[in-house]
Amino acid sequence: MDNSRNVVVVGGGIAGIQAALDLADMGIHVHLIEKKPCIGGKMAQLDKTFPTLDCSICILAPKLSECYRHKNITIHTLSEVKNVKGERGNFVIDVLKNPRYIKEDVCTGCGDCSRVCPVRGVYNYFDVNLTTQAAAYIPFPSAVPPVYLIDGEKCAYINYGICELCVKACGAEAIDFNQKEELISIKNINSVILATGYDLAEFENPLRGYGYKKCKNVITALEFERLICASGPLGGHLKRLSDGKEPKKIAFIQCVNSRSYKAKQYCSSICCMYSAKEAMIAHEHDNELESYIFYIDVRAGNKGFQKFINRGETEYNIRYVKSKIAQIKTDAQQNPIIVYEDFESAKIKKLKVDLAVLATCIIPPDGIEELANIFKIDLNKYNFIKTDPFYPVLTSREGIYTCGCVHEPMDIPRSVAEASGAAAKAAESVREVEI
Amino acid sequence: MPDKISEEKKIGVFVCHCGTNIGGLVDCEKLAEYSKTLPNVKYSEHNLYTCSETGLAAIKKAVQENDLNRVVVASCTPRTHEPLFRECIEEAGLNPYLFNFVNIRDQCTWVHMKDPEAAYEKSKDLIRMGVSKAEKLEELEKIIVEVNPSAMVIGGGVSGINCALSLNNQGFKTFLVEKDKELGGRLKELYQVFPSDKQASELLNELVAKVKEAKNLTVYTSSKLKSVNGFIGNYEIEIEQRNHNVNLNVGVIVVAVGATSYKPLSLFNYNSKNIITQLELENKLRDNQIEANDIVMIQCVGSRNADREYCSSICCMTALKNALIIKKREPNRNISILFRDLYTPGTIYEEYYRKAREAGVLFIKYTPDKQPIIDKSVVKVYNQYINSEISIPFDLVVLATPLIANNDNRELAQLLKVPLEENKFFLEAHVKLRPIDFATDGVYICGSAKWPADISESTTQGLAAASRAGTILSHKTIEVEGATAYIPDWNKDLCKGCEVCIKICPYNAIVKDENNEIQIIQALCKGCGTCASTCTKKAIVIRHFTNEQIISEILAFGGEKVA
Repeated sequence: MDNSRNVVVVGGGIAGIQAALDLADMGIHVHLIEKKPCIGGKMAQLDKTFPTLDCSICILAPKLSECYRHKNITIHTLSEVKNVKGERGNFVIDVLKNPRYIKEDVCTGCGDCSRVCPVRGVYNYFDVNLTTQAAAYIPFPSAVPPVYLIDGEKCAYINYGICELCVKACGAEAIDFNQKEELISIKNINSVILATGYDLAEFENPLRGYGYKKCKNVITALEFERLICASGPLGGHLKRLSDGKEPKKIAFIQCVNSRSYKAKQYCSSICCMYSAKEAMIAHEHDNELESYIFYIDVRAGNKGFQKFINRGETEYNIRYVKSKIAQIKTDAQQNPIIVYEDFESAKIKKLKVDLAVLATCIIPPDGIEELANIFKIDLNKYNFIKTDPFYPVLTSREGIYTCGCVHEPMDIPRSVAEASGAAAKAAESVREVEI
Repeated sequence: MPDKISEEKKIGVFVCHCGTNIGGLVDCEKLAEYSKTLPNVKYSEHNLYTCSETGLAAIKKAVQENDLNRVVVASCTPRTHEPLFRECIEEAGLNPYLFNFVNIRDQCTWVHMKDPEAAYEKSKDLIRMGVSKAEKLEELEKIIVEVNPSAMVIGGGVSGINCALSLNNQGFKTFLVEKDKELGGRLKELYQVFPSDKQASELLNELVAKVKEAKNLTVYTSSKLKSVNGFIGNYEIEIEQRNHNVNLNVGVIVVAVGATSYKPLSLFNYNSKNIITQLELENKLRDNQIEANDIVMIQCVGSRNADREYCSSICCMTALKNALIIKKREPNRNISILFRDLYTPGTIYEEYYRKAREAGVLFIKYTPDKQPIIDKSVVKVYNQYINSEISIPFDLVVLATPLIANNDNRELAQLLKVPLEENKFFLEAHVKLRPIDFATDGVYICGSAKWPADISESTTQGLAAASRAGTILSHKTIEVEGATAYIPDWNKDLCKGCEVCIKICPYNAIVKDENNEIQIIQALCKGCGTCASTCTKKAIVIRHFTNEQIISEILAFGGEKVA
C-alpha cells in the first residue's frame, strides 16, 4: 500500500461511509474511524426513509458490507482521534482504540458468547436504551464489522474476576480479556474528512415541559423509529409504553427546542419530512390511525418532498395544525394532552392523544469542541463546524474537509451528495501530490 | 486450466454450524452425511465455522485431495459471505463461479426457529437443490472494459464549472460544453448571492479565472450535444459548435444543464414593470433602480399548486436576501412578504429569516384557497390571525417564481438514454443513496438539472459528480461481473426484435445495432434477469442463472417435468 495516498475519514455514518467508498473506489486508501462498535450511524437505526419509504437498513446494509470488504478501506471501530500533527499532504493522526475484548479477526459473529453471558440488563444504545441485552453483544444483527464485543463496564470477569463462560462457549477462541486501550499512529495522511454526524437535544430539562420522561406516552422521534421498526423492541407492532395499547391518535410535535429564542434558534431541517413519514408508516400499520402534526412552517423543498407531504394529507389521515405548543400535560390514563395556540383561530386549544412524538433538535455531536481543538478548525456560532459559504465541504483549515450533519442539519440525500463532494476535494489533494 | 466442464462432476459440500445459529437447531453432521448420498457429491464435511481460517483451509485441502471441481457451502447468506468463498475456491485453483451458496441460516434456521424438524427437512431440500445446481454451473470470466480517462460535462453553470474544475484537478482531461456564448448559467443573471454578501459577478469571475488556468480543461461555448454512442469508459460524442462538428471521446458524462426561471405570464397581473419577478428585481438592485417605497413580495407563484406540485426551495431565501439588501440600503422602505410556509432550513438560512423580521420586514401567511389579489394599487390578502382581509398598498410587487425544467431536457435525456421525472427534471438512480448517479453506469447528474438547488448546493453536487466520475476514471480498466445476460448464437434465430427487453432493462444495457440485431452491452448489464424473464421467445440467457440451472433446482426439490 502506498501510504501517501491515505485519507482519514472520521465518523462511520452514511456520510462517512459514502466518502470512504468513493475514495476507496478511486484507489485511495481510507482509514474509517468510528467511535461506536460498528459503522452505520443514525441511518441504521431508522425504520424507513422518506420520500420513498425504503427500509433504511435494507438499503444501507449493502453499503456497510461494501465498506467491510473493500480492500482500500480499513475500519477502526471503538476508536477516537486523539492527536493530529503535520499539515495537508502529510498528517500524522493518533487514534485511541478501545478494547473490544473479542478478537475482531477471529470472531465469526455466531453469538454463542452472548447466549451464555450471565450479565443481563445492559442498555442497548442502538435501540435508544429501550431494550437491554447481555454484556457480550452485537448492536444489531447486520452490524459491520459482524463481530461481537464485551461491555467492559458490565462484564463480570473484567470487574470481579469470575465467570469466563464466554471463553468456554466460544468455539473460535476469539475472547481476549488481555486487550487494553491502544494508541495507534496513522502516518502519511494526505487529508481528512470529518463526518461525525449529530446528536439530538434530548437532555431532560428542556423536554420536561413537553412531558418527556414524566409521561411514558411522550417519546422522541428516534424512539418512535425503533418502536415501529420490525427489528426493534416491539417487533414492529406499535404500542404505548404505558399500557401496551395500540395508539389510535398520535401527535407529532415539530420544532421541539428549535426555531426558538429560548432554545436553539436554527431549524433542524429534517423533522417536517420524517414526522410525515412516521405518521405514514404508523398509518400503514393501522388504517384507522389519525395523526396531527403541530408545526410552524412545513419545509419540504427537496425532490419529491412536497408531493410526499400532500400524499400524507390526502391518503394517510394526517392533519396539519399551525401552532405553538404551550405544554404537554398528562391525564390519569397517561394520555398526553397537547396544549397549544392554534394560529388559524388565534385561540388556546387542547387535544388529547394516545401518543405524542417529539421532533427534537439536531445539535452538534458530543465532543465537537475537542474535535475542533484536535484538528485546529473553527466552529460556527451554533457550534457546528464552520464552513465556506459557497463550498460547504471546506473547513477553515486546508486539507480538512467535512460533510453531513456535523456542519449543518441535513437529510440523507444531501449528506450523501456532500460526502462525494468532500471525497472529490480529498482526491484532488491526493492527486496534486502525485502529479 | 484444464477443461473442467467436460470432466466428471465432483462436488464437495460443506455444512456450517455457524456456532449455534444453525447447529443449535439442526444436526449439521447428519446434513453432511445426507449430502454424501446426493448425485455427484464426492466429499462432505461439517464445520463449526466454515468462514473461519480453519474452515477455509479445510475447503482448499478437500478440493486438492479429492480433485473436487464444484463446491457448495450451506451456511449463512451470500450477501456477506459469497465473495469470501468464491475467493477461497479460486485460491484452490477453481473458477470462482463454480461455487454455489446454500442459505440455511437466514432463510431457514432463523425463520423456523420454533420448528427444528421442519428446519432440518428444509435444509435437506435446500442442499439437494444447491447440489443439483452446482452440477450445472459453468466457468465464467469477469469482463474487462477499458476506460478512457476523460470526461464531458454538459452545462457551464455553477455546478458544471465546479465539476469540471475538480475533474481537471484530479488530473482527468475534461471537456466543458455550454450552449450559451459564455459560461455562468443563472449566475450571470443574479446580483448578490446568499449566504454571504458576495456579488454573483465576483463569484463567476473567480470561477472563470480558474477555468482559464486549468490545464486539462477545454471549454466549448455556443455548443450543443448532437449524438452520443458507446457506454461507460468509451463514449463517442459529437457536438455542434457554431455550424461545425467536433468529435470527442470520453469515459464518462456529467449532466449539469441547470434549470429555467418560470415567467408568470398570466399570474398576479405580471407586467415586468411594477409587477416583476425576483429575477427582474436582481437587475434593479444591481443598477440601484428601486424607487418603490411599498414593496410586496408574493411567494410560491406558480408552484405548490395543482399544475406544479413542488416547492422550488430557493425562492424564500432569494426573497429574504433581496428584502435585506433593500432594508440595508433604505431601512424605511416597507416590505411585506406574503408566504405559505417559509423555507429556510438549517442554521444560516433561518438566521436570514430572523434578521429580516428584526429589520422590520412584515410576514403574512396566506393559504392556497385564499390567494392574494392585486387590486389597482393594493394587494388584498386574507390574514388568518385577525380573521379578515387586509389591503397592503404597493408601488412594486415582486413575484417569487419557481425554477422549472429546461425545455430541451427531453431531447438531451433521449440522447443520453436517461430518465426524467414527472416535472421533467432528470431522475437519479436512487433518491436517497445514489443522488448523483444515473441508473446507467458512467453518467452523472448535478445541480438544478436534477432539482432546484441554490449556489452552495449546486457547487457541492458539482464536486460530488466529479467524485463519482473519478471512481471510474481512476482506473485503466474496470471489471464487470461475469454473470450477465446474453443471447447465445444458437438462440439468435429465436429473437424477433420485439424490443421488450430494451424497454424493460433498468440499466439501459440493451440496444439494437446497425444490423437491427439486439445487443446486450456486457459492461452495463448487471445480470438482474429482467430481460430474460420477459423475453417472449426465451432467447436471452442469464449466465449463472440459466434456465437449465434453475429447472434442475426445481426438479431436485420434487418438481415434475411437464412435457
